[in-house]
Amino acid sequence: MAEKNIQEQTIEELYAEANEHKINVGDVKIHAKRMKGKFRSIKWLTNSIWLILFFGPYLRWNGHQAVLLDIPNRQFHIFNITLLPQDLWMLSFVLLFFAILLAVVTALAGRVWCGFFCFQTVWTDVFTWIEDKIEGGPAKRRKLDKAPWDVKKITMRAKKYLLWLLISVFTGISFVAWFTDSFQLWKDLFTLQASSTVWITILMFTVGTFYLAGFLREQTCFWLCPYARIQAVMIDDTSIVPSYDVPRGEKRGRLVKGKPVSEDQGDCVDCNQCVAVCPTGVDIRGGQQEGCIMCGLCLDACDAVMDKIGKPKGLIKYASWDGIRGKEEKPLFKRPRVWLYTTIMTIALAGIIYGLSGMESIELKVIHARQPLFVLQSDGTIQNRYTLKVLNKLPADMDVKVSVKEHDLKGLIISGADKPVKAHHGTVTPVTIFVRVPKKNLTEQSVPLTFVVDGKDESGQVYHSERESVFIGPKR
Amino acid sequence: MSEHEHNPFPDEGNTGHIWDDNLRELANPAPNWWMMAFYASIAFVIGYGLIYPMIPLSDSYTKGLTGWTAIGEYKASTAEVEAVRKPFEDKIAKMSAKEILADPELSAYVEASGKVIFGDNCAACHGAGGSGNPGFPVLADDDWLYGGTIEQIQTTITNGRQGMMPKMGGQQLTDAEIDKLANAIYNGTVTKEPLYTSKGCMGCHGPDGKGMAALGSANLTDGIWRFSESDQLASIKHTIKHGVNDASDPETRKPKMPAFKDKLSEQDIKKMAVYVYKFGGGK
Repeated sequence: MAEKNIQEQTIEELYAEANEHKINVGDVKIHAKRMKGKFRSIKWLTNSIWLILFFGPYLRWNGHQAVLLDIPNRQFHIFNITLLPQDLWMLSFVLLFFAILLAVVTALAGRVWCGFFCFQTVWTDVFTWIEDKIEGGPAKRRKLDKAPWDVKKITMRAKKYLLWLLISVFTGISFVAWFTDSFQLWKDLFTLQASSTVWITILMFTVGTFYLAGFLREQTCFWLCPYARIQAVMIDDTSIVPSYDVPRGEKRGRLVKGKPVSEDQGDCVDCNQCVAVCPTGVDIRGGQQEGCIMCGLCLDACDAVMDKIGKPKGLIKYASWDGIRGKEEKPLFKRPRVWLYTTIMTIALAGIIYGLSGMESIELKVIHARQPLFVLQSDGTIQNRYTLKVLNKLPADMDVKVSVKEHDLKGLIISGADKPVKAHHGTVTPVTIFVRVPKKNLTEQSVPLTFVVDGKDESGQVYHSERESVFIGPKR
Repeated sequence: MSEHEHNPFPDEGNTGHIWDDNLRELANPAPNWWMMAFYASIAFVIGYGLIYPMIPLSDSYTKGLTGWTAIGEYKASTAEVEAVRKPFEDKIAKMSAKEILADPELSAYVEASGKVIFGDNCAACHGAGGSGNPGFPVLADDDWLYGGTIEQIQTTITNGRQGMMPKMGGQQLTDAEIDKLANAIYNGTVTKEPLYTSKGCMGCHGPDGKGMAALGSANLTDGIWRFSESDQLASIKHTIKHGVNDASDPETRKPKMPAFKDKLSEQDIKKMAVYVYKFGGGK
């Protein structure tokens, strides 16, 4: 009998715990309260960075679009830099840099990206701001959700959806504008001349924005976004994140007029304001958790309440779990993760700088024919065939002269290089070159040979590029 | 496992399926996001079915609103390639191989587009890049049996070639004489060998031993061999003894370049002539 009692007790405990442990699966719509405060202001500031998405494409530079990611022509123009597929390796360093930047910021200060910069957070924030302006605060909105579809509700909803839709459409168009001439894009859209790719991309972005920011909201962060979970595991006890000061706050209790506060009662007055303002519906007092995007809005809410009841601010504050528990905090430079991340970021940055500084306006690549490697000619010379690829990144075509650098090959004759070659701009021009060396002058099977291209543009600026290859003869 | 008539846990939304006193099946709904994704996927299928061919019918299928077909897409994309090629092909059609060669843009086009034709028709014998094989001449060198001008190359591809050299073994030359002659050829001194003149070799291979393009006779002085890569001397002896395409000798060499006039269009032959010429041996 005793055994059965224990069993029952365990099961009851499990059920009780299951009741306690709430997971937001979107069954209850989160209507967050909006409050003024420090983090609210910071949020607007960081939100506004995304204005670049909307206005960036119209920036001009030297008569062309400042940033144009021209995928059909395989060229990226970023101010006066032109990137061709040959420069793609730099992108891997850029990605590495930002991946590690995300890691280091997350390790030090939590999900800063999620809380302040992520497009999902930002668009949702703007969408709920519109919702708040049109339909009123959380209580009114909850009531409206349940209300029948009368004229008032329909007008409100129509207004809201229209504004959302407008933002969504502009998001789509602005996105596309980075990949094609932005002014031409608008012309094409108004004259219905835009390509189906453009229409489909805009449509997808419109639907995506409308649905993700309007309806899915925090559910995206909970259940769709991999970064949310990845970042969550990057946080440790030393990361400075929005935290509830447990020793100070507990034991929480309501303030009741005329009733004295008991001895063991903490500073938390259980007003639930921190939950009310949370865009993901988290109770920060339960500790750091997967749903928390670390936007700091609960800090604003709690500070406002603390102000009102005459207690010091910072019951919810940016602090590490070590700090909250009163453990000694390791200084930055003593954390191996900081060193590791800094090293990787430095390497990535060095790679980008090396790539950008080494970018020549003309670039030579030499491909030695593989089949046959060499050919015996009837005059007793060995002939090698090369394909020279001249990449010209200048805005105009340029005539270049091909030659070979000083070498050890006696009697070398180069053919196919007598006339200058027109190197077309923005692309690679292939040139076939034959080199002949008398067989008797060859001392080794493979001899290094460096090819050179020289050119001059209209203003007289000189360009030069060289590339080492080999001259191959028969086995010795 | 009995259904309870009276539910001991009323307000928690269980299915009423309760056993062992307090174990019960709850009727929690699927997460909202999941349901939304589920309905979105159904909407997608319907949309897809409207736009694309989808449902097989007894002797046909639903065509979809756009009328898209895989073969249609394939044809459209090949037409796109043809459209890019057309201006070049049109120009080539009106020009001789020599004129194409003189035009850097067009010869670059032929070099790029001729690769496939060469690979399909020529590379099996002559090797990729014209590197040659035993019995099949190297196309990248400047030693040509039938001449290396662009017109001569074009004629060779169009009509094919089958050179002939009578067998010299047996009644014509003794083994010792063949040995002597072969060594002279191998050392590049064949014109100084009296047998070369007296036995009539000169008649076809010329007084300078460099061969004659009109006859397709080989150049015997340049150290470029076509029938073997390893034992040159033995190979030369074999050729002298048994001849080339001599029907009376079963061991004769049997090289034959087929005619391509029936296999390739005139346009393609023209392109191949330019392509081969540009391997580096054209004259």
